[in-house]
Order: sequence, then C-alpha cells, then structure tokens
Amino acid sequence: MEAWRNFNGGTWQTTIDVRDFIQNNYHEYKGDDSFLVGPTEASTRLNKQVTDLLLKELKEGGVLDMDTDVVSSITSHDAGYLDKSLETIVGLQTDKPFKRAFHPYGGINVAKKALESYGYQVSDRMDEIFNKYRKTHNQGVFDAYTQEVRKARRSGIITGLPDGYGRGRIIGDYRRAALYGVSRLIEEKVAEKSRYKTPMNEENIRLREEIQEQINALNELIELGSIYGFDLANPAQNAKEAIQWTYLAYLAAVKEQNGAAMSLGRTATFLDIYIQRDIEEGRIDEVDAQEMIDHFIMKLRMIRFARTPEYNELFTGDPTWVTESLAGMGEDGRSLVTKTTFRYLQTLYNLDTSAEPNLTVLWSDALPQGFKHFCAKVSANTSSIQYENDEIMRPKHGDDYAIACCVSPMTIGKEMQFFGARANLAKALLYAINGGRDEITGAQVSPETPVYDKEYLEFDAVMERLDLIMDWLIETYVSALNTIHYMHDKYAYERAQMAFHDAEVKRNFATGIAGLSVVADSLSAIKYAKVKPVYDKESGLITDFETEGDFPYYGNNDDRVDTIANDVIRIFMKKLRKQYTYRQSVPTMSILTITSNVVYGLKTGNTPDGRKAGESFAPGANPMHGRDNTGALNSLLSVAKIPADECEDGISNTFTLVPTALNNDYENLASVIDGYFTKGGYHVNINILNRDQLIDAYNNPDKYPNLTIRVSGYAVNFAKLTNPQKREVIERTFHETL
Amino acid sequence: MKHSKGNVHNIETFGTFDGPGVRYVLFLQGCPFQCKFCHNRDSWSTETNSLMSVEDVLSDFETYKAFYRNGGITVSGGEPLMQTEFVRELFKAAKEKGIHTTLDTSAACFNHKKAALIREILTYTDLVLLDIKHIDEDKHKSLTNASNKQVLAFLELLETIGKPTIIRHVLIPGINDDENSIDRLEGRLMNYRCVDKVEVLPYHTNGKFKWETMGLTYPLEGIPAMDKRTAKAIEDRLNQSIRFNQNDALGKNYPSKPTRH
Ligand code: SF4
Repeated sequence: MEAWRNFNGGTWQTTIDVRDFIQNNYHEYKGDDSFLVGPTEASTRLNKQVTDLLLKELKEGGVLDMDTDVVSSITSHDAGYLDKSLETIVGLQTDKPFKRAFHPYGGINVAKKALESYGYQVSDRMDEIFNKYRKTHNQGVFDAYTQEVRKARRSGIITGLPDGYGRGRIIGDYRRAALYGVSRLIEEKVAEKSRYKTPMNEENIRLREEIQEQINALNELIELGSIYGFDLANPAQNAKEAIQWTYLAYLAAVKEQNGAAMSLGRTATFLDIYIQRDIEEGRIDEVDAQEMIDHFIMKLRMIRFARTPEYNELFTGDPTWVTESLAGMGEDGRSLVTKTTFRYLQTLYNLDTSAEPNLTVLWSDALPQGFKHFCAKVSANTSSIQYENDEIMRPKHGDDYAIACCVSPMTIGKEMQFFGARANLAKALLYAINGGRDEITGAQVSPETPVYDKEYLEFDAVMERLDLIMDWLIETYVSALNTIHYMHDKYAYERAQMAFHDAEVKRNFATGIAGLSVVADSLSAIKYAKVKPVYDKESGLITDFETEGDFPYYGNNDDRVDTIANDVIRIFMKKLRKQYTYRQSVPTMSILTITSNVVYGLKTGNTPDGRKAGESFAPGANPMHGRDNTGALNSLLSVAKIPADECEDGISNTFTLVPTALNNDYENLASVIDGYFTKGGYHVNINILNRDQLIDAYNNPDKYPNLTIRVSGYAVNFAKLTNPQKREVIERTFHETL
Repeated sequence: MKHSKGNVHNIETFGTFDGPGVRYVLFLQGCPFQCKFCHNRDSWSTETNSLMSVEDVLSDFETYKAFYRNGGITVSGGEPLMQTEFVRELFKAAKEKGIHTTLDTSAACFNHKKAALIREILTYTDLVLLDIKHIDEDKHKSLTNASNKQVLAFLELLETIGKPTIIRHVLIPGINDDENSIDRLEGRLMNYRCVDKVEVLPYHTNGKFKWETMGLTYPLEGIPAMDKRTAKAIEDRLNQSIRFNQNDALGKNYPSKPTRH
C-alpha cells in the first residue's frame, strides 16, 4: 500500500495495533535540542491571530461567541478557519474560531445555564426538544439519586461529580485514523459487533448497540473529513495527512463531547515516524516539520467548551486537559523520545507558553540525557510541563499508555475510566466527631451518632469514628458514581471516542480524595499534641479546637505523621474495594484536587491542625502551605512515600522552586525529578517562580498576559485564576536554598 | 581520637551553590575569622550546637542520595578545618562510598601544625572551594581580624598537589572592588594551575539580621549590596585571564590537569 511505503511490517498490518507499528518503525533520538528551529512567518502570523482572539475573549468576560440553536455533533458545522491560506493543519469545533458549541446531552439545564451566564439564550426549539422529547444525562442521574447522595452532594462532602456535564477522561486512539484510514476501522467494528451474539443478554445487547453507535460516528468522521476536503476513509499518505487525520479524529470527539478532560493521548512518537519518512524522502525539511507541529498545537490550544460558573469555580482557567503524553521508555529498553517529542516542547517557545495542551512528560531515569536536559530547560523557562513516573505506570499499563486529565494513566484504546471527582476527607473527619452533622450548616448529613464529648480528642477514639464515617462516605460516594456512569452510558455515550477503542475495554472506577494533608496534620495534632474541642453553644457541635504542644507536620519526611497519611489512604481503599462498582470497573483512587482545593477549603470549618474555617486546602497530595519547612527534598520525600499501589489513579504534587535555587544549572532540576521518582514519587508539577513575580502579576495582571503556572494536575494562565485561587498559589511554599 | 563528632551549625539538603550538582551541605560550627560581612554570624562560636557522628551524617546523606546524582557532599562553615579530625573521618568514609566531596574553606586555620592532617583530608577531597576575602594583607586584617598569609599558603599547597580548586571572592563596594585590589588578585591567581575558576559573589545584606538578632551591631552598616552586573564583569575578567594563562604561558610545560570525576 502506498500509504505504508517504506514502513517495517508487523502484526500491525493485520490487526489494529498502533503500538506494534510504533515499535517497528520509530527512530529514537538521543541528541540535544540544537536541531530545533523557530516559527515560520505563517506560524507567527496565525499565532498572533490566536493571541488577539484570546485577549478579546478575556476582555469580553471569557467567551467570544456561543451556539444556541445547533446541537454540536461531528458534522454539525461547516468548515472553519483562522486563515485558510496559512494553516497547514485545519479544523475547528464550530465554524468560527473560539465559538463555543452547544452540548446538551450531559444535561440540558447545565448547558442552558452555561449559555445564560454569558448572556446567551438557548433557542426555544432546543429547550423544547431536550426538556420534552429527549432526556439528558443530568435528568437521568437525578431521577435515580438517593436521598443520601443528594444530602452528601449538597453539603459538599462530595463535590465536582460529573452528574451535569460530560465525564471525560476517555482517550481515543486517534492515531488509528491516520494509520489505517477510517474505512478499515469500520470494517473492524462490524466484525467486532458480529462476535457478540449469544447469549443475547443485557450486556451483549448494550455492547452491540454501542458498537453500532461507534460505526455511525466513524461514518460521520469520514464526512467531517470531506467537509474539510480530505479523504479520511483511506490511510494518511504523509506527515501532514497523518497529523490532519489524527487531529480530525480528536476533533470529532470534542465536537461530540463536552467532557471534563478531553485528552489527546500519545501522538508525538507516532507522528514522528511519518515526519521522518517524509524528511528521508526529501519531501519536507525541519522547518516544515516544526511548522506542522506548531499549527497542530495551535489548534489544540483553541479547544473550548461552554461551562457554568460553578464549574469554573472548581476548575478555573478554562481547562480542557488536552493532555499529550511525551517520551517514556519502551519495553525493549529504548526510550520513546523522538525528534518530534522535542518539537512538541519547542512550541512553548515558538508560540509562547500556554496552559494547553497539557504537556506531560513520562519520565524515567533512563531517558536520554539530552532530552532530560531540554525538559529541565523548558520547565525552568516556562513552568508549563508536568512529569509522571513512567517507572510506576509502565509496569501496569505497558509502554503505550497515556495520561488522561492530570494523572490518570490508561493504555490507549484498551482502557478507560469512570471519572469520579473527589470526596472531602477533612470534612469527613469533622463529621466523625460531630455525629454526622455538618460543622457549618448543622444539617444531619450522615446517620446520627453522638457528638464526641471527652475533654480532649483521643487518637484511637477519633480513628474509630473516622472509620465508621468512611464506611458511610464510601458507600454513598460509590452509589453516586454508579448512578452517574450508568446514566452517562445511557444518555451521553462517547461514541466517537469509544470508536477508537477495542470492543472490550478495561474500565477503572476512579474515585478521588481531597484534604489529605489537613487530615494527616489534624490526626498528628490529636496524636502528638493535646487537642481540646471547642463546642458551639447553639448547635452543640465542635466548631473549633485548642491545641497545646507541638506535633509533626506532613511534608517534612517525618514518619510519625507521614504514616498517618498512608494509613488513611489504605483504609479508604480497603473499603472502596469491597463495593459493587458499575460495569465490572476496577476501583482506583487519586489524590488530586486541580484548583478545587480552594472551594473545598471554603466549605470546610476549622480543623484540628490549626487550619481556620474557609482556608484553602493544599492542592492534591501537597503538604499544607508553609508547613513543609525543613527543605524542598523533605517535602518531596513525604509525598513520595504515599503508596502508589493504593492510588492507582494518581498522586499529584505541585512543586515550586525559586529560580535562583537552581543556580542556573538545568541539570539540577533534572536531578530533583530523578530523585523524586527514584524515591517512588508519582507525579510532579514543576514551577520555577518567584513569589514577588506572582504578587506583581496579582496586582498588575496586564503586565503578565502569558504567565503560565502549574497547579495540581494542569497548567493555567495565571490571569485566568480567581483572586482567592491566586492568593492560594502565592501562599504556597516556595522552596529556595540558603 | 576515633569516632570524633562534628559540631554542626546547620544542614542544607538541597545545596546548589557549593560545588557541582545538587549537594548535601554540612555547615560546621566555629570560625576563627571575624569577617565584617559574615552572613553566618551565628556560626562563629565553638560552643556545642548539634553533635553528629560520621555515621549520623552519612545516614542522613543516604536519605537524600537519590537527588544527588551529579552532586555529593560539601563541608562548609563556619570554618570546617577547625574540626579537622571530624572532616578527615567524614571525607575518608565518604570517598569509600564513592561520594563526591567538596571542601568549602577560608583556610583560616591552616598552619604547619595541622598541615599533615589537612594534606590527608585533601587526599579525600575532590574539590576545594577556597574563599579569598582580600588580597591585601592589611586590608584582609581589617576585614576579618586576621592575616591572609595562611590562606595564600593553603593555595600554594593546593597548587603543589594539583587539587582542583574554585576561588570564591565576595565583592564588597568600597572594600575590595577597587581596581588595584582586583588587579592584584588577578595577578596572583594567574599563577595557579589548580584554579579551575573564580566565582565572584556580589555582597548582599541578607546576613545582617543574624547580627541583629544576636544583639550585635552590623559592622558594614550603610554599605550597599554589590551590583550584580559589575560582579559578573569582574568574574568574567578574572576567569579569562586565568584561562588564558593556563592555556598559553603556563600550560606548555605542565602536566595535564587532574580530571574531576
Ligand atoms: S570565614 Fe565565613 S563564617 Fe567565618 S567569619 Fe568569614 S564569612 Fe563568616
């Protein structure tokens, strides 16, 4: 086949197996960054256009334009361009750049609210269709929710549930479109479908219907191609087409779904094979190669969704989590670093820094030095990269996995997850001593038990109560998630994304927790100091604490408290594993808050660790601000101790160093990452920033339009954070050397 | 004298300024100099602060070792050579474990009595960071309350044994930044092959608060911080002349420089 000319053969030719194709054809690159080139004239001009639109969007309150009468689908819109004559890679979510599409299937009310909050009105026709004739996910969920779930949801002990918006965190293997062409994929799906015949039980009926939906989506993808003038039925013939095909397959997914995280996967090494072949055939040079990557990345930066103010409060900065996973090691010992891996990172220079796509390096000790050095340099210059420990994930997911959202690993095309937001463990601790009543509202949320009534909080007694509360919490939490994912499959099934999966996928049931460091420090206070509960006269609830004596804080590599954090995690997982989970999904957990640590803090009363009511939690698995004061490495070592086997959906750590701490040597940063991961760390966001600079950016936002920082699990444009979130970032520990 | 303990002032587990890579920096207590610009005023006293055995230090080092792949251990102060016995044992044990060792000293207590012991320490030392406070003896005296003779004698020793050395020089406005002082320093340093480079550290006033918390008057009150660009320019100039001299005039007849690990 012409499209496969000069490729090495393998099982990939007869079965759908992109990994096998990559392994047989990629060229590992072990050199440094000296081959990279700057942006072309066209790239700079297009990027200027994007930046202008971005600024305009910011000025107009966050949204430029919205659809109100067209339901977004793969083929709902005509072709849209920035400047057709300059773009090498094309395709927009709607017919105009930055125009946000209308996605009602997650929930018509939420979609309506998203429009209204920006001054738009859903058309009467749409209102009627989705309220009268076509039920949506959100309605389904609330029809089935129990009273317990509603109460827990209202009190904020469980927050951010995807019950009114798309769940996301599913990665299609979009590369398949380029390698095989969509017709071939349809053939495979037809064959897959014919395998599920007997018994014709509920499971098989559903699967057959789903596969047919996938086939329909693939047919529409071919149509999407023709809207832009491409023949996606056939495989890509060259690098430009490979990028274009991959992008359009991804675009189909984001046209259909307004998912919380719409991650891209792991495309760089795959695309490098095409780029390398074109270069060897003399069709393109480095400038062309970089230009195509720049244009591709530019498109990914433009992905937008219509979201409500409540959503934005939790996940600020318009994140889309177009996460691209880079590098990592292969099972045969070669790294998956190619020149295109470098080219992706180079976009942060060519197009300036950016929060999206969420560039994620799968780090291993064994990665080539030149690449590690370049990563450290880009991190130091842009604070825009996050790192995941490939040595933890590869053994579990093989060498062709990618990160969805921030820290969730999944084998591409073979695994997915049911995203489950997170439970507030700090609040659970307060419920434990307050007999299940909310410390702020006084409402009875979990089953009533007596309020703790001894003079001091005793560790064993509190742990026993916490254990009981966690039984209730986990049962309620899981029942909410089971309901949500049942309904999501029913009313908002991701047919375009699942079309790029095998028929049978492994499903993870991805729960999460927030407030780990608050709980660890609180329990440490109770264990090692004397904590006296203070009762509110009116409600009789414990609403404050008096602490006598010192106690160790999590974040200082002190086992006395670090083990408490780990015990709490183990208890949570042990209970979770006993639950029934929808569709045979495997229970997992993450310690990740994104920016919701601010809202969680706001909704949680005083805690025994001395944290005041309303104060932000630390993000993810981070130690509380300013308490990890025995040095940068001790802070990292405490987090690295958290057992990755209990937190298979990820442990997020956001680490900030002042620039001088590196003493101008990027190798020092690479050493920090090496050290952290060797010690068992799971994920780290690296920020190289000065507090003064952030304070200045807080006071003079116009001076820093492009300041990107990493927050738990993603990057964000600092200017887009809310003021409380900006303050929270400024209060974090900035590690420096003396 | 076996199992001597170190009197430790402070530990920095993420040191990037005192030797190559990320390092474990052990600041020892006690200093015979009395530098007016000292930013560790609380390290002068030889009173016991925190005692650590060689094993204590190495096991603490082990905790962080994963981060030190391109680094190692640095002993600084105060003045580490005040605790020669401890440093000797520590460096000897560190070298047995293949740890890169850096000695950050101002050579304040280098003398004939101690020379043999210090020579032995140097056999376990991969890199020396030598502070030269002032090239002029009198001015050195007024700045540190001691002569610089031992400092320069120590440099001679480093040259004799060919020990890789980095010279560190805190540049203070109005005290040692005049043309004459720089010229003389340059002229002197040019003669040493052992000197890999010079680091000129711009004087800053961040150490002042330590004097004040100890109820002492800061001797350099009123002297502003050194301009960073000026310091950098002087650093470049010193390094250029060293390199020029080593490559050219001196280089021809000398054996090749010892290589760093
Ligand atoms: S040699 Fe160092 S520690 Fe000693 S007085 Fe001078 S600056 Fe302070």
